[in-house]
Amino acid sequence: MKAPSRPSISLRYRTRQALQGYAFVALWIVGFILFTLVPLVETFRYSLNHVIVSATGVEQTFVGWQNYTRALFTDPIFVELLIEYAVETIFSVPIIMIFSLIIALFLNLKLSLKGLFRTIFFLPVVITSGPVIRELVAQGATTVPQIAQSPIVLEFLARLPGVLRGPAEYLMTSFILSLWFSGVQILIYLASLQKIDRSIYEAAAIDGASAWESFWKITLPSLSTTNIVVAVYTVITLSHFSENKLVRYIYTQTYDIKGGIGYASAMSFLYFAVLILILLIVYLALRSRAAKV
Amino acid sequence: MAAHPLRKTLPSEWLARLRSVLAQWPGYRDRVRGVLLGTHARYGLLFILVVYALLVAIGFVYLYPLLFMLITSLKSPTDLLNPMVQWVPTELYFGNYVRAFRVLNYPSTLLASILVSVVPSVLQTVVCSIVGYGLARYRFPGKPLLFALILATFIIPPQNTAIPQMLTYRRLGLLGTLWSLVLPALGGQGFRSAIFILIFYQTFLSLPKVLEEAARIDGATEARIFFQIAVPNALPAYIVSFIFSIVWYWNETYLTVIFLEGGIQTLPMQLSRFVQAYQNLYPPGTVNIFDRLNEAIKLAGTFLNILPLLVMYFVLQRWFVESVERTGITGE
Repeated sequence: MKAPSRPSISLRYRTRQALQGYAFVALWIVGFILFTLVPLVETFRYSLNHVIVSATGVEQTFVGWQNYTRALFTDPIFVELLIEYAVETIFSVPIIMIFSLIIALFLNLKLSLKGLFRTIFFLPVVITSGPVIRELVAQGATTVPQIAQSPIVLEFLARLPGVLRGPAEYLMTSFILSLWFSGVQILIYLASLQKIDRSIYEAAAIDGASAWESFWKITLPSLSTTNIVVAVYTVITLSHFSENKLVRYIYTQTYDIKGGIGYASAMSFLYFAVLILILLIVYLALRSRAAKV
Repeated sequence: MAAHPLRKTLPSEWLARLRSVLAQWPGYRDRVRGVLLGTHARYGLLFILVVYALLVAIGFVYLYPLLFMLITSLKSPTDLLNPMVQWVPTELYFGNYVRAFRVLNYPSTLLASILVSVVPSVLQTVVCSIVGYGLARYRFPGKPLLFALILATFIIPPQNTAIPQMLTYRRLGLLGTLWSLVLPALGGQGFRSAIFILIFYQTFLSLPKVLEEAARIDGATEARIFFQIAVPNALPAYIVSFIFSIVWYWNETYLTVIFLEGGIQTLPMQLSRFVQAYQNLYPPGTVNIFDRLNEAIKLAGTFLNILPLLVMYFVLQRWFVESVERTGITGE
């Protein structure tokens, strides 16, 4: 970079650069306002109203926080689904993370056939869509029946306290599904593993560190940022998935006579709030661990 | 360690000979242990075996739904009812595929799906690359805020913004047309646009600035620098973003169902109303028992649904699996 000799030129250069930068991102800013900000505010307004859509237009009557109180205090299904969603997500995230990290560690070894396994593990990302998953679940293709229905598993589930039974059952019945959500995460971990400097491992090995020790002392600390990326990605994918029961419930309520757009909007915002809460929990949990090491 | 069981089974003179052979090969215990458990230089045999066993087992779990789907979809109605037939159908029966093909209205829904995924993907990729370039190459106030907003678009659930958009499209008469997907993509608000912006941001950051600066000194305009220097250098990122965008648009059903309802009918949309469509074609009262809807037909429909993606995946898999490393999506 040339160092400008006079401050006035420097200022002009900076302004020009800023303007050029804004020109490149202008399209996004317009898009953000039109397709995210305005609809978001509009949805929030709907959530405070009773909304009737007719052929001529949209009729709104202001009802205050009534839609919210209804969702939280009088709709038993919504609260139940919300809790179920939160618990399932909090349980699934560490499982998906640990699983994808293990797979990534394996694939990071010098193995032949590595490419084949990578292809297999990434396959679900390509084919997973709502209707496909729904068909596969409905036909029982996503549980290995011998495991899910074996007496040991059923006995184990029966003995668990009520709070844990739901998530445990969910894990058993949708085990393959949660593995199917690990494709991108495996790749993210793999990319980060390959970025770690080999020479650190060599130095540790010369100092007598075992592979186990190097994993805990070198690999895991180097992955602290990646962990957060993977966790956030996982939470978002699980929460935005169109077969998510809560998403389905909100969708059906949108077109329901008893529900309506106002009610569905209120539920969307409650759902959004819980989603942010989960993200915060995950972020804080991972950050504090990263800080400790 | 290895000599223990041999002691009982082998005659003593063999044992003596073995010892004398091993005596000429000092350090054999270490060698054996090295081969089995690994040394610093190479992995041990046991370790390799365990890793492969785990990978194969997990790989099987991954492929199980696909195998199940493929095999069930090839079963004839009699095979389905026969409890003896589990994994190997008695005959290859393609009747399910013929029916699913008709029920899905395959040629037209396939074309619709291609259209609905390719057109927004192209626009999304181009727009996201422009935005990513702007973020990577120019200094301007408000950039952290912009990043925060981009992250927000990734986090905000689609149901929080979909309904007002849908009503607007309806008012404008765009509901059910391609426009309802094209317009957000043009504004960088397409499906998972935030990820693509970050991919391009990382890519352009990692490219050397020298060429661009040289062109600038030679008097090239900013747009020309972008199109003639930056874009050709970032070609892998374009290909990866485009492919991922296609896959995600293809598989996205929540927004497509809301925005395209009553208009374009894509493959996943038709799959989600498979039962209804089947009964329209083959009314339950009028067909004999073998033509009734069964799980084999449904799974044949599901397989037809993912077939184009599978073909694309196996043709382009190099780009898929190497993509994340190439584009540095995780870049800190």
